Amino acid sequence: MKKFMNSADDFLKESLQGFGAAHQDIVNCHYDPNFITRATPTKEGKVALISGGGSGHEPMHGGLVGYGMLDAACPGFVFSSPTPDQMLAAAEKVDSGAGVLFIVKNYSGDVMNFQMAAEMMQGPNESVLTNDDVAVEDSSFTTGRRGVAATVVVEKIVGSLAEHGGSLQECKALGDKVNKNSGSMGVAFSSCTVPAAGKPNFDIGDDEMEFGVGIHGEPGRRRDKMKSAQEITNELLEAINEDLKPETNEEILLFVNGMGGTPLTELYLIFDNAKNMLDKKNIKISRSLVGNYCTSLEMQGASITLTKLDEELLKHWDSSVHTAAMRWGV
Amino acid sequence: MSVNFLIHRAKEIQAVIDANASEIEKLDQEIGDGDHIFNVQRGIKLVIELEAVIKDLPMSKALNQIAMKVLSGIGGSSGALFGTLFMTMAKGNDIDNGVDYKKAIEIFADGVEAVKQRGKADVGEKTMMDVLIPVSNCLKKGVEDNKDVKEILKEAIEVAEKGMFSTKDLLATKGRASFLGERAKGHIDPGARSSQLMIKTVCESVLNS
Repeated sequence: MKKFMNSADDFLKESLQGFGAAHQDIVNCHYDPNFITRATPTKEGKVALISGGGSGHEPMHGGLVGYGMLDAACPGFVFSSPTPDQMLAAAEKVDSGAGVLFIVKNYSGDVMNFQMAAEMMQGPNESVLTNDDVAVEDSSFTTGRRGVAATVVVEKIVGSLAEHGGSLQECKALGDKVNKNSGSMGVAFSSCTVPAAGKPNFDIGDDEMEFGVGIHGEPGRRRDKMKSAQEITNELLEAINEDLKPETNEEILLFVNGMGGTPLTELYLIFDNAKNMLDKKNIKISRSLVGNYCTSLEMQGASITLTKLDEELLKHWDSSVHTAAMRWGV
Repeated sequence: MSVNFLIHRAKEIQAVIDANASEIEKLDQEIGDGDHIFNVQRGIKLVIELEAVIKDLPMSKALNQIAMKVLSGIGGSSGALFGTLFMTMAKGNDIDNGVDYKKAIEIFADGVEAVKQRGKADVGEKTMMDVLIPVSNCLKKGVEDNKDVKEILKEAIEVAEKGMFSTKDLLATKGRASFLGERAKGHIDPGARSSQLMIKTVCESVLNS
């Protein structure tokens, strides 16, 4: 294992300290329990948005704290859910009286810990559960689809509504809607190493890829031999389209997300290849996002997310945002 | 069962888990994400470190401290599930006036039921519930049938082992292993293995005392 680290024990703390210092105009980092808030207090009457999850997916979620997006984020250990004491401390700090909306990715640990926090919390709160990963079959007999990169889209759009005075119920409803309008699928070329573990999460051959991979390197639909970028992109989009069923001429957001170890050069190449296919199907790419937003440590790989956009979603996507990882309109 | 009993069993469990750490880690890397052993080791260490704080506390308060420590210190599913187990045990009726083996079994069974609710997992889903639920049922039945405590504990050890091995041929429908589908078959669930080891350690310790 080669990593920039001094000790596995201090890995998260030092990274958080650096994040807080680098973006002190936007965020405040709090320790024991760990959570990140905006540098400025929540304005009165504004619903507070709190998300969180295991670390190792940066910039999600700490990098999405700031004007127009989250009010707080709770980072767990690497690839491990945060705990209720973190969410409760964050909620106490950022709840301005209008309630708290938790945005939770559908992973068992995250769901259970956020649920316990919601049960222990005194004030009004709601939760949006994201489950955009079409790689996993959804059924009442399984944990269900995982929440992956579309969580970033949910946080942007709901963040805007909350900033513009949306009520707790309205924010929850919009979050559920964005989630329902989104589908994602990813592919991994290499594994990733959790610092405390010291060795790769899974083995994968030089000529292989994990198709439909999760954001911790959990297996996806199948192990395939490497293919061309256009073939991979087509297969990812076919799986998403089959689930999302965008209509001809429907406007969509095309979000090409890097897993951490794939250069932007390749992410833009994927965008080009995705555009080729979507153009053929007369699906209109009206907004785009390309970059490393929902990562898996140093994993080589990428995911594609499509979100169907209507006027309401477009408006909230375009509104100003000022976070460490996303900034426009300000 | 006293607070001292809990601390001593935690120390014994630590030794057993450490001795089997690489096996559990390997199981988790085959069908999970490889963090289970660290979570379990961290949790046990945190509980043992509580010794000075909880040793003179009444049982309900001691169990509650353990619950909060496990919950905040482990994270992930293990933290929530074990936190729920101890938090429920702490709510046991009248436990500050002494806990005999019948009472211990009663609050353990209540705890297991709460874990089942929290994780929404039942027997047959390739999780630690394949160990905990049969063990809880076996212990309760033993008390109902007025069996000798040693006999009950011996049975519990066997039931735990059987439950652990049963996960090998199951399809996972809960947790990260569920994403594997058929590929999870043929692997023992790491959570079932670690909880079986914990049950065995506690039961054997009582049998040998």
